[in-house]
Amino acid sequence: MMRFALAILALIAGPLGVGQALAQQAMPPAPYAYVQLENPVLEAEASALMETLRCLKCQSQSINDSDAPMAGDMRHQVRSRILAGESPDQIRSWLVQRYGDYVSYEPEVSATTWPLFAIPLLLLAIVGLVLLRRLGKRRSDGIDVGGEAV
Amino acid sequence: MRIIFAIPLALFLFFAGLAAYMLTQDKAQTIPSQMIEQPLPEFSLQPALDGMPGASKSDFIGGEPRLLNIWASWCLPCIAEAPHLERLKDEGVDIIGIAVRDQPAAVADFLSRYGNPYSRIGADDISALMLEIGASGVPETYVIDAQGNIRYQHIGDVRAETVPLLLEKLEEAR
Repeated sequence: MMRFALAILALIAGPLGVGQALAQQAMPPAPYAYVQLENPVLEAEASALMETLRCLKCQSQSINDSDAPMAGDMRHQVRSRILAGESPDQIRSWLVQRYGDYVSYEPEVSATTWPLFAIPLLLLAIVGLVLLRRLGKRRSDGIDVGGEAV
Repeated sequence: MRIIFAIPLALFLFFAGLAAYMLTQDKAQTIPSQMIEQPLPEFSLQPALDGMPGASKSDFIGGEPRLLNIWASWCLPCIAEAPHLERLKDEGVDIIGIAVRDQPAAVADFLSRYGNPYSRIGADDISALMLEIGASGVPETYVIDAQGNIRYQHIGDVRAETVPLLLEKLEEAR
């Protein structure tokens, strides 16, 4: 029955190319794509890392959230490398080495990302300066800063 | 003092203008590999179908620069690029194929329909080689020099206008 349903689906979807897209899922997934590690500590490590790695095919999902075949293959890499004793940081840098910052959802300070970290600090500093100047001015004007004179 | 009240409006106009401009720009859909000018990793892949050899790093060492073509029988753009790979083969280029998440029967069927420009085809069932070389999709084509270094990456299908570009990059890699 299942087979028949699939054949019907293929007939409908075939001309649209959807059949082709399904075909890449005809292969069994990588061993650790959908199978958790037996050791719960290692699985927790792997899972935390997978939350912060970006699916390359789906772009706005982590590999933990995505059902894309390639995300499954990336989860397999993460789990089998954790199992082989690599640290999450080593695995992240292995991927960043190949795909750049794009693959990481955990931004690091680098030549291109430093403004993201610097601008908020700069804004806070400006706000601080403005506040200081205003409060300082009031004080020198002789108005009671902490009171109800405002 | 008046000018201060214009600042929020100016900021709003700036961001609205920026958004409008960005909407007209192509969204970058490609993720370039950071492995250009790096050596290929060691790998050894089983043949993707009976009657053809698989692929390993040693197949890229010695002789002329080669193309590494990542494809799959389920990939539609791969049908479009087949005749252009055939042209590259006619120019004497050795093309080594990597079939991603594919089955031998499907690979054989694809080759009988659209031609076989490959000297060998390795089966990458779990995208292991793809991830090693920083490939994010199918198809992609890499120029590999005779020392086994990755010299150039072409993302997407090879088109008529890509053929001379790849020939040029192969020449540069000699």
